[in-house]
Amino acid sequence: MTETVLPTRAEKRKFKMDMRALSPFIALIVLIIAGALINPDFLTASNLLNVVTRSAFIAIIAVGATFVIASGGLDLSVGSMAALTAGVMILTLNSQGSADMGTLALGMLAAIALSAACGLANGLIVTFGRIEPFIVTLGTMGIFRSLVIWLAAGGTITIRNLELRELYRPVYFGSVFGIPVPIIAFLAVASIGALILYRTSFGRHVVALGSNEDVARYSGVPIWRVRTLTYIIQGICVGIAVLVYVPRLGSATPTTGLLWELQAITAVVIGGTALKGGIGRVWGTVVGAVILELVANIMVLSNFVSEFLVGAVQGAIIIIAMLVQRSVHRGR
Amino acid sequence: MKATVLKIAMAAGLMAGVATGAVAQQKNVTIGVSIPAATHGWTGGAVYHAQETAKALEKMHPGLKVIVKTSPDGASQANALDDLTAQKIDALVVLPFNSDELTDPVRQVKNKGVLVTVIDRGLKDPSIQDIYVAGDNPGFGRIAGKYFADTLKQGNIVVLRGIPTVLDDERVTNFEKAIQGSGVKILDRQYANWNRDDAFKVMQDFLSKHQKIDAVWAADDDMALGVLEAIRQAKRDDIKFVVGGAGMKEMVKRVMDGDKMIPVDVTYPPALVATAMHVTAANFYSNAPMRGTFVLNAQLITKDNAKDHYFPNSPF
Repeated sequence: MTETVLPTRAEKRKFKMDMRALSPFIALIVLIIAGALINPDFLTASNLLNVVTRSAFIAIIAVGATFVIASGGLDLSVGSMAALTAGVMILTLNSQGSADMGTLALGMLAAIALSAACGLANGLIVTFGRIEPFIVTLGTMGIFRSLVIWLAAGGTITIRNLELRELYRPVYFGSVFGIPVPIIAFLAVASIGALILYRTSFGRHVVALGSNEDVARYSGVPIWRVRTLTYIIQGICVGIAVLVYVPRLGSATPTTGLLWELQAITAVVIGGTALKGGIGRVWGTVVGAVILELVANIMVLSNFVSEFLVGAVQGAIIIIAMLVQRSVHRGR
Repeated sequence: MKATVLKIAMAAGLMAGVATGAVAQQKNVTIGVSIPAATHGWTGGAVYHAQETAKALEKMHPGLKVIVKTSPDGASQANALDDLTAQKIDALVVLPFNSDELTDPVRQVKNKGVLVTVIDRGLKDPSIQDIYVAGDNPGFGRIAGKYFADTLKQGNIVVLRGIPTVLDDERVTNFEKAIQGSGVKILDRQYANWNRDDAFKVMQDFLSKHQKIDAVWAADDDMALGVLEAIRQAKRDDIKFVVGGAGMKEMVKRVMDGDKMIPVDVTYPPALVATAMHVTAANFYSNAPMRGTFVLNAQLITKDNAKDHYFPNSPF
């Protein structure tokens, strides 16, 4: 049954999708032109690489959020989850002590396992507890945040072994053929995400679940499994983001990942995914994350915005970017 | 049997009472301490110092009981104040979450005849407090500014600000006043929320924007760490030094070890909680007058005095 229904839907949407899918890219180009006009230093390779590199955490997390939101869910706990995962990963590294690849691999494994488990917990409570995801993840957001504060005793969790720190550092600061590793990481995550969302039956189930849960249920979509899996995917994405985050400053503090959940959700929405579910756009999400970071960068590089007004101008630019997008696909 | 025990106990109590009366003014005093929970580095340090001081004071003054309560937000701190009052405290040492929410709850405690010591963030109505212990925010900015004016003499610097608050404003305006007239010029300033990640980003952008920066006032040790990482990544050697602030143990250690990039630090010690507790206890156990306002000077930590500011066991 899905075989006969879904292909026609996808085809009907094809033309609309092209315009809608393009609009975040148009907003991106407009922003880049604006940035270049404001400060010539903006277009230097080092500045642009800096900006895209540091958008990597939000981009990777937002790819996971695309799945959750496309299926009609929401995850507010990602920022706290990232902080907790980073904290536990560093504690694992410290407990091993020796500076070799084995230690690093163990730390990474711990990070991914923990974040996947956190995602699983979110998913199970949402599905089996039948509670609104907003409430569930608001609760786990508090839980994860307190746990990291407790682990750090309010202070900072830092990689103690300096050799280990140096060994791990290239994962954020290194580059392959001139492309920084975090950019490669988020391109890889986005590619795999796009593949799963657009080319697998699971991906179609996610979108079907988000557009109409009842119809999806009657069509035989395994609702509970699909929904739980979206939260696990979100968790794994948080874990991958942490793998790239930890080598940057080598520490986790109680303020790590603060408000990342809002940035991830904003990136998803700028990218064209519907907040009410039913539409998911992985590449748009990635562009959304880059746009967010670019706006912040342009603010610092500009000379005419007072530091007191940065927040206001940033907010205005995001709203204008969305309006531009809207008018683009209305006037098609 | 029971009666005998009671008698002995009574006799002991009586004797103890006579003895204390004779030796000194030894009395039973309960001090309640209400502080924010350890939600970031500085408050983590405050909690550590409060607990350490509670132990030390109880040892110093037999008969003294110190109850430390931490609260995650303003509303629960108000509840904690109720709980403390119910335990019949003689004095309250409070580091309020914010002035607006906690003024009335503290006033109610005061109305029960409790001695009130307020730390750092003042209340709306200063007449409530008997003792006020505060860090020196204008001095924090002034001392840092003076260091730049004296050491750098001539050059261009960038400034990272904290979270937009009165406290941050006092620091920055006094910093600017202190460098006035010297050859030190502020190229740029930007908020980075006392956050390591934000400071890293802002510093990266400053480095793209300005070809030559002589020094950085990061105004906070957490931000200084983010700044250092950004400088290292950009492989820039024009920046001579970075000055943070607050006295985080990692940074004090670097000053102590003679790190060229971190020549000094400016204190804004979470240990001021300890000072407030000592002053409050002294009100009961000494004849010296203790009421009034105590401002702890911001101090410049240099290589020579760094060891006095280094607390390896504190989480901050």
